[in-house]
Amino acid sequence: MNPLSAPRPGHRDESRVVRLALISIALAFLVLFLFLPLVAVFAKAFEKGAAAYLAAIVDPAARDAIRLTLTVAAIVVPVNVVFGVAAAWAIAKFEFPGRGLLVTIIDAPFAVSPVVSGMVFVLLFGAHGVVGPWLIAHDIKIVFALPGIILATLFVTSPFVARELLPLMESQGNEEEEAALTLGGSGWKTFYHVSLPKIRWGLLYGVVLCNARAMGEFGAVSVVSGHIRGLTNTIPLHVEILYNEYQFSAAFAVASLLSLLALATIGIKAYVESRVRPRS
Amino acid sequence: MSLSLRSRIGIVVAAMSIAVAASTAKAGKVSILNVSYDPTRELYQDVNVAFAKVWKAKTGNDLTVQQSHGGSGKQARSVAEGLEADVVTLALAYDVDALAVSGLLAADWQKRLPDNSCPYTSTIVFLVRKGNPKGIKDWDDLAKPGVAVITPNPKTSGGARWNYLAAWGFALGKYGGDEAKAKDFVARLYKNVPVLDTGARGSTVTFVERGIGDVLIAWENEALLAVREFGKGKYELVAPPRSILAEPPVAVVDKFAAKHDTKEVATAYLAYLYTPEGQEIAARHFYRPRNAKVGASYAYQFPKIDMFTIDKVFGGWDKAQRVHFADGGVFDRIFGAGR
Amino acid sequence: MSRADRRVLPGFAPAISLTVGYVSLLILIPLATLVLNSASLGPAAFWAAVSAPRALAAYRLSIVTALAGGAINAVFGVIVAWVLVRYEFPGKRVVDALVDLPFALPTAVAGIALTSLYAENGWIGKQLAPWGVKVAYTPLGIVVALTFIGLPFVVRTVQPVLQDLEPEIEDAAAVLGAGRVATLARVILPGVLPALATGFALSFARGLGEYGSVVFIAGNMPMVSEITPLLIMIKLEQFDYAGATAIALVFLTVSFTMLLTVNALARRGTARLRAR
Repeated sequence: MNPLSAPRPGHRDESRVVRLALISIALAFLVLFLFLPLVAVFAKAFEKGAAAYLAAIVDPAARDAIRLTLTVAAIVVPVNVVFGVAAAWAIAKFEFPGRGLLVTIIDAPFAVSPVVSGMVFVLLFGAHGVVGPWLIAHDIKIVFALPGIILATLFVTSPFVARELLPLMESQGNEEEEAALTLGGSGWKTFYHVSLPKIRWGLLYGVVLCNARAMGEFGAVSVVSGHIRGLTNTIPLHVEILYNEYQFSAAFAVASLLSLLALATIGIKAYVESRVRPRS
Repeated sequence: MSLSLRSRIGIVVAAMSIAVAASTAKAGKVSILNVSYDPTRELYQDVNVAFAKVWKAKTGNDLTVQQSHGGSGKQARSVAEGLEADVVTLALAYDVDALAVSGLLAADWQKRLPDNSCPYTSTIVFLVRKGNPKGIKDWDDLAKPGVAVITPNPKTSGGARWNYLAAWGFALGKYGGDEAKAKDFVARLYKNVPVLDTGARGSTVTFVERGIGDVLIAWENEALLAVREFGKGKYELVAPPRSILAEPPVAVVDKFAAKHDTKEVATAYLAYLYTPEGQEIAARHFYRPRNAKVGASYAYQFPKIDMFTIDKVFGGWDKAQRVHFADGGVFDRIFGAGR
Repeated sequence: MSRADRRVLPGFAPAISLTVGYVSLLILIPLATLVLNSASLGPAAFWAAVSAPRALAAYRLSIVTALAGGAINAVFGVIVAWVLVRYEFPGKRVVDALVDLPFALPTAVAGIALTSLYAENGWIGKQLAPWGVKVAYTPLGIVVALTFIGLPFVVRTVQPVLQDLEPEIEDAAAVLGAGRVATLARVILPGVLPALATGFALSFARGLGEYGSVVFIAGNMPMVSEITPLLIMIKLEQFDYAGATAIALVFLTVSFTMLLTVNALARRGTARLRAR
């Protein structure tokens, strides 16, 4: 980082008044749109006291929702990590026809509304879907069951790791890998000992974002889940149910769990960035 | 020949294992899925707890009843699409008939339980804000210009269809059976509806939480619940002099119950709704019980309403659904505006 | 990188086949179903579904609110990015980290939090009520939600550009006698513009499809405050799959176009920056 770009007084900078004004505007904007909602979650969660808060979280339906959410994340994140690494490797390190198209396709789930993301799986696997009758004949349940939720979540979170690693691997180039190979390393060894360490922070960041989205996905899961309490309700769906049953502080109590997760996510991200780009 | 110590220990261990296995087989876990309509959340919370106790005492098994709630029509279609309900407790018989058509239960399901498989009834009333600022007294007032009416979407919600038919039935009564005038009345009413939620609970949330609308057309049980939940005095129940008798049925979904081997517990679960305890729970949640004795002790909480039935006025659900709620039916033509 | 790389670095075959296989199964086939399903409607019915007044109102609302959210984020996002890069103040590191909150927070949580804040009896809604300003359950509430959702996009795309701006250029402008405002307008802003455009487009694209955070705070009244994803959801709940897929397809096309524009803008912007 260029030491000359540190703030310094002089005729090149804004006057103190302007600076203060800009800082105030920026902070006011952030307080209004970021900080207050976060505080609101916790304030409303504890509105009825700490005992009610705990009760809401250890409630069996809440625990089932937590368990389901963790299960989904535990499956979705590793799968998308493998995919993300493979995709980034293939695209960043090699030239091939259709490279740009592949990148756009990988980006596609970002452009699809969550509701539509869930809907396509109902269209495929629902009872009147493309493979619906076959599934019914073989007694395989996808929609309204765990597999459907996993598929929808996979779809929605698939770009995160790939998108994170792609520019990273592109900018890192191949020299180190090529050197390792000429020194006699095998393909896998080169990958584990040379490439992986280079991308580890980007990978961590991608994992963390993918996880946050996997646990927090609402629209897509809402469409495929069937809303069976205790069975196919994830934490976000459970929050919606509590909210619709007038149990507002319980809804916020459960929501606060996800908020804590969000704070952990951005904390890890800040840490990762401080390792990658130490600020002067 | 005497048995060695080893053999004796072996026999004891074997005997103990069998005993343990037998007892754990007895204290098994059973689970059924109850797919229900929107407002019954609180009702079945209590019913499930009570019935689980009864079932445990009777069989030693731990019963979990899982719940899914939503607009009745939507729930029925979900079951038809593969949501494996062991029992359905829906808002109207037509939705269960639709499942019979799909082959999920027998066509004569309604005869299997007393009172046409409806352990409790309800009716349709109005919920207004404190002080009744728009002076809502009867169905007429809902069709007046400047009154915002909240009612759910008949395409997804059972309560919505009862609401619609209650309004239509009122109009028939008022205009001496003139269907054209009734249609005009209902059309004017729906012009006053700014938003259609997917279920009765959704509409209640819109009216109460979002503060939209002057009057909510609601299940009687939902209105009484709202009055209680939001502090006395914030909302008032207005009972029209005439309304429709709403009979929400319950049924075991034969195909799935057979598949999950839960037919016995599912049948017992529904039968429990008819027992005095079950009826008591229903009454506590503002559903009108069938049991005369329980009904008498809870009569105070229900307004006096002159009720007409769907059979008498509309010739039954099948006809009503076909005429009014099927694609291209009267409702589509009334509500129009690009569905 | 040349074709020769493929021979030098191993692992192309497994990586590409895994990638293509995964993408085909998970992304392409489901999206293809969307196209096929709406094709089954037939052109007349398809057109009727996607051009119905209610659908048109939904598209209009989604697009307008997403544009508004993007615009607000564009203006304030630049200010936030500037402040974070150029100034020091206590708690700056925390604020900088918090900017990512909308990325990490589930949409449903954001939805109920914003609704409770801006409802008439909420902390902020209470302050606005005497002025007759209703936020929750109106299109204004949708704009608030979409501003939240898209907030990090502009800030995070503009920040690196501001950080990499060479101070020599600013120095030169000052030495040549340009006032601060002129320097900002003529020297700094053009450099930031591509990133700003990218950030705006990303915020807009994200806001178009947003469901979870909007559905709680919007009034969901057809023709007035019903966003397109909600309309799709309602059609789904009515089991009108054909209608739902038709509308989804049209909407998806709009979103894809945005995405392609974003990618193109980003490439052009970075190329132009490199060329300086």
